[in-house]
Amino acid sequence: MEGKRYNVQKTIAEINQKIKEGRAVIVTAEEMVDIVRDKGEIEAAKEVDVVTTGTFSPMCSSGAFINFGHSVPGIKASKVWLNGVPAYAGLAAVDIYIGCTEPREDDPLNKVYPGEFLYGGGHVIQDLVAGKPVLLKAEAYGTHCYPKKKFEKKVTLKDLPFAQLCNPRNAYQNYNCAVNVTTKTIYTYMGTLRPRMGNANYCTSGQLSPLFNDPYYKTIGIGTRIFLGGGVGYIISEGTQHNPDVPRTEKGIPKRPSGTIMVTGNLKAMTPRYLAGVSILGYGCSLAVGIGVPIPVLNEEIAMSTGVSDEDIVTQVIDYGLDYHMGKARPIAEVTYKELKSGQIKVDGKIVPTAPLSSYARAREIAATLKKWIQQGDFTLTEPQSTIPSSGTPFNN
Amino acid sequence: MYTRVLVLRFPPDITDKPLVCRLARDFDLDFNILKAEILPEEEGLMVLELSGHKKNVSEGLKYLKAQGVKIKSVAQQIRRNEDVCIHCGACTGICPTNALTIDPETAYVNFEPSKCKGCEFCLIVCPVRAMEIKFAKEKV
Ligand code: SF4
Ligand code: SF4
Repeated sequence: MEGKRYNVQKTIAEINQKIKEGRAVIVTAEEMVDIVRDKGEIEAAKEVDVVTTGTFSPMCSSGAFINFGHSVPGIKASKVWLNGVPAYAGLAAVDIYIGCTEPREDDPLNKVYPGEFLYGGGHVIQDLVAGKPVLLKAEAYGTHCYPKKKFEKKVTLKDLPFAQLCNPRNAYQNYNCAVNVTTKTIYTYMGTLRPRMGNANYCTSGQLSPLFNDPYYKTIGIGTRIFLGGGVGYIISEGTQHNPDVPRTEKGIPKRPSGTIMVTGNLKAMTPRYLAGVSILGYGCSLAVGIGVPIPVLNEEIAMSTGVSDEDIVTQVIDYGLDYHMGKARPIAEVTYKELKSGQIKVDGKIVPTAPLSSYARAREIAATLKKWIQQGDFTLTEPQSTIPSSGTPFNN
Repeated sequence: MYTRVLVLRFPPDITDKPLVCRLARDFDLDFNILKAEILPEEEGLMVLELSGHKKNVSEGLKYLKAQGVKIKSVAQQIRRNEDVCIHCGACTGICPTNALTIDPETAYVNFEPSKCKGCEFCLIVCPVRAMEIKFAKEKV
């Protein structure tokens, strides 16, 4: 961050030294709101070293790489199912990727509308981390070196030689608030939406959400160590659909869906409390993922951004009835997270009850857990090896 | 999966028709006969646990009614499986009686069974299927 003079300047190495000596001050993003409000960002930057964030929400574009080990004689699997859910097998002989939105092959889908999607890839991942046995079936065409054509066995996470959660797009920085202006109930990935704006659903943890606390990704980058699914993971890239160039508030908070991250971590160290398979009526299955990102308070500018509160965060109300699938997602209104969390919002003069799809209670738990890990010296911060694309800042790449 | 426990009364003239089997064949429903008997006046009584897609269950029941079967629901109670609930709050926007609400302090979702009217909306809206029906079978 050359060129800019700050009153407070710290490095990640200095903060890590303090963590090791047990002198670092760690607070959650929720606690930071009051600290910045009461003391100002300069004092806050002097006092606080790390701010922990958290989110727990259904996050499509999640899944796991699994190697299930060679059998004798060997198989070069070309089709693989886990508890009846197809996994992608076009990798190597016994490497697969199980995606969270893949339904069971025999799922009735939306044939009887709205479908329930009771079991899919997300549920397989949850069953694995819960230690439950999962039935693995593989089929192959057979080769000289791998003659076996069929293979079936019960596997548990413990027996698998390798299992790594790898989510191409998580932790969306802001997301729409969804309503339905038509006269019929609709079933979307934003939940069940009653006709004539009968309800409004939203889905980020607001002031606790990782990317809201570092809106230009100044400390979050490739190689950032994070809380992932109850274990430790890393940010490995910006996520798919990462789009930093959207309208932002004066404080730099995106008003639309914008930044995303790609994350990975050892599945064997994770827990089902923070990786839960979900079934979204009429839409499909997915995985609720728990993520917590630590933000080093390197200067007062970062202190300021981690002090963000629900009243500073704005999102757009979008009609999912007509506009969305026609690709005309135009905002009907703009609301703050404070309004959304009050239980109702006003749209076109109408009072609409709101509900979250993301668990604020679990997000809080994650931020508190990460805070504890760092306080105990079990978790130190990493220096990002590279930043992810940002916008409107001199650090663009 | 949607499940209901029902008391079916078959008038004497239709007790010999294989109506219940057609629920499985034509409406893709699973059924479990909890109790069945022919009453003295030759009316048939059956307590049936019916599961399947909600739409199929109601279509199946419509069919039975059209055949002259009298249907009554068994007293049932909605409960929450506390181990499964992730406190997301998705159910709070759909519950018509405010039996499910978010505690503004703790952010946990409270369930007050006394306010629940048993509409069952939350059952399929809950993404982790934490809301369940408990049947008061002893009342049958
Ligand atoms: S929708 Fe289900 S998981 Fe979410 S709060 Fe309600 S009961 Fe709990
Ligand atoms: S059954 Fe209906 S009234 Fe009862 S908690 Fe669920 S949504 Fe609310």
